[in-house]
Amino acid sequence: MDITQQIVNAIWLGSVYSLFALGYALVFSVLGLLNLAHSANFMWGAYIGLFFVLQMGFPVLLAAPLAIIGGGVIGILLDRVAFAPLRRRNAPRIAQLISSIGAATFMVALAQIAFSAQPQNFPLDQIPNQTIEGLPFRITPVQVIIFAAALLLMAFLHILVMRTKQGQAMRTVAFDERIAALLGVPVDAIFRLTFFLAGAMAGAAGMLYGLAYNSITPFMGSAVALKGLTVIVLGGLGSIEGAVLGGFVVAGLEVFSIALGGSDFRDAIIFLLLFIVLVVRPQGLLGEASTERA
Amino acid sequence: MNAFVRRFLSVVIVFSLVAVSLPAIVLAQGGDEEVRMGDWESPTPENLPDEIPIGVLFGLSGGVAVYGEVQQRAVQLAVDEINESGYLGDSVLVPFFEDSGGSGEQAIAAMTKVIEEDEVVAVIGPTLSSSAFSADPIAQENGIPVLGVSNTANGITDMGEFVFRDSLPEAAVIPGTIAQAAEILGLERVGVLYGNDDDFTYSGYEVFVEALEDNEIEITTEETFARGDVDFNAQLTNIIATEPDAIVVSALAQEGVPIIVQARQLGFTGPIIGGNGFNSPAIVAQAGDAANGVIVGAAWNIANQNPLSAAFIEAFEEAYDAQPDQFAAQAYTGTWLIATAIRRADSADPADIRDALAEIEDFPTPLGSFSFDEDRNPVHEPVAQIIVDGVYEILSEETAAAAYGEE
Repeated sequence: MDITQQIVNAIWLGSVYSLFALGYALVFSVLGLLNLAHSANFMWGAYIGLFFVLQMGFPVLLAAPLAIIGGGVIGILLDRVAFAPLRRRNAPRIAQLISSIGAATFMVALAQIAFSAQPQNFPLDQIPNQTIEGLPFRITPVQVIIFAAALLLMAFLHILVMRTKQGQAMRTVAFDERIAALLGVPVDAIFRLTFFLAGAMAGAAGMLYGLAYNSITPFMGSAVALKGLTVIVLGGLGSIEGAVLGGFVVAGLEVFSIALGGSDFRDAIIFLLLFIVLVVRPQGLLGEASTERA
Repeated sequence: MNAFVRRFLSVVIVFSLVAVSLPAIVLAQGGDEEVRMGDWESPTPENLPDEIPIGVLFGLSGGVAVYGEVQQRAVQLAVDEINESGYLGDSVLVPFFEDSGGSGEQAIAAMTKVIEEDEVVAVIGPTLSSSAFSADPIAQENGIPVLGVSNTANGITDMGEFVFRDSLPEAAVIPGTIAQAAEILGLERVGVLYGNDDDFTYSGYEVFVEALEDNEIEITTEETFARGDVDFNAQLTNIIATEPDAIVVSALAQEGVPIIVQARQLGFTGPIIGGNGFNSPAIVAQAGDAANGVIVGAAWNIANQNPLSAAFIEAFEEAYDAQPDQFAAQAYTGTWLIATAIRRADSADPADIRDALAEIEDFPTPLGSFSFDEDRNPVHEPVAQIIVDGVYEILSEETAAAAYGEE
């Protein structure tokens, strides 16, 4: 077994999972809501990036921020269409969950009409995916970028939520919307901000994921959606550090169950661990009791 | 906000209208010697009617028309050659083309029409295996031989003794590919990666394993993935650590592309051998340089060295100003097989044609030396192809050297 390479593989896959799970975790931490359209938002982020590269001839570095902003705007639209009307009517959270499934289905279908089901890819010569020479293991620049992006975005979100005024407002809303409103927190603007950030996170993840695996289809979100959900449940619903830790734990388990000769049992091992964690520590690895969320 | 949405939707629409460009296909040269299709040594038939009606059922409308149109062109080309050359003495073949569409009902209607109204003595087609399952029993009941030229599903010829095909099923392509790759590349040890939750990839895996055993190639490790996976680094790292001569992959194109790309990124430069899922322009378009050295079998390739194949390509290009594909080669061959059966039987009776067809053995065609086995399935060497600089070439020592560098 090539242990060094497998460790690198696990760290790399962990950054992909964490990056995807961050947006999930953010929405959950503020709204206490599972946004299952996050994977569709992620997929649209990749297509927006692809659009600017292929149709506008932008370099990848310039298309990436546009994909992030585009993803954020889609996040806001998603909130306005799928969540805000339900919130206004005080609909139960389960209704919002179902609404997010509907939104995801709609967004995937729209992408299929617009871009067809055929996989598309970034121009091969624009991606830094040539293996870096002179290392004891094999890694490509795009993998390093994604690892760095996952850590940076985690740090950024952590600081935003814990250290800034907006973050304080977000946490107040998370604690209780009505109290937040009484304290003068612009609740609706905070929701918008949250969805923008989560959408931007999805856009960034989609763009980077698109570059990493370079096969962009309307269904690319569903491949990571279930893993992303596992990651945040394992890490602790709504915990941003938990999303990152969970990403690396799930990826590590996946890679090492394969490395030790069990590629047939890969998913069984992951979900067995999830089951054990939920029984022993229902709030997840880094989760806190639900009233102290975020 | 609204302006942004409008602008965004309009760019989306523009984007969707842009077609994916297909990779260019390079034409290789054929042999120079004068060659002639057909069995001219058998006696010229004398007892045939002036006109011999044959039914030709292809999917000419809907999505299946991509295949049906080229098949129709190839049959017409063969019929013209047969009639102009006097292959059937003073008689001529009269083809009745009907649209078998994409649905079973349409294929049944077309089959009934050619048999009952046009009173054909043999039928070529239909395009889809599913259409064949619907329509071929009608030919069987009426005792009319039917020859599928693109049906690859299992069980086609189980429908009866009047049902034939000249299109190699996947299970026949893989063993030939492995045998040729083993001989040319000297494979001894290979790693295997396959999708274990999909019928197609799992049955492909089983055929691969059998073929590897037959060629006495050792399997170093077997790894699996699930449909929809995108990251294969862990499995590939395991495989590469066993230092195999090649990696054998049973996957569809969607998983095939990232497997190829990631194997190359992990430093594997050797052959990657795939099933029919790798026989797709998407592999070259999306994997780029990483696809170099990928090996996949096919029934026919335009770079085929066989002189009859070269003659066919030339005739097809002259007639239609377009390059033939595997479907054209199989349809063209099928028409010549029917004509040869008629010539040898010296009879336009469907039962006599069936018997003569079943006896065809080692008949030279663009597909190679062609025989029917006892189950009326085709027997001929598949072509092992190798991707070199983005083009599917015939696997040989030269093309292998070009793909893998000096070794």
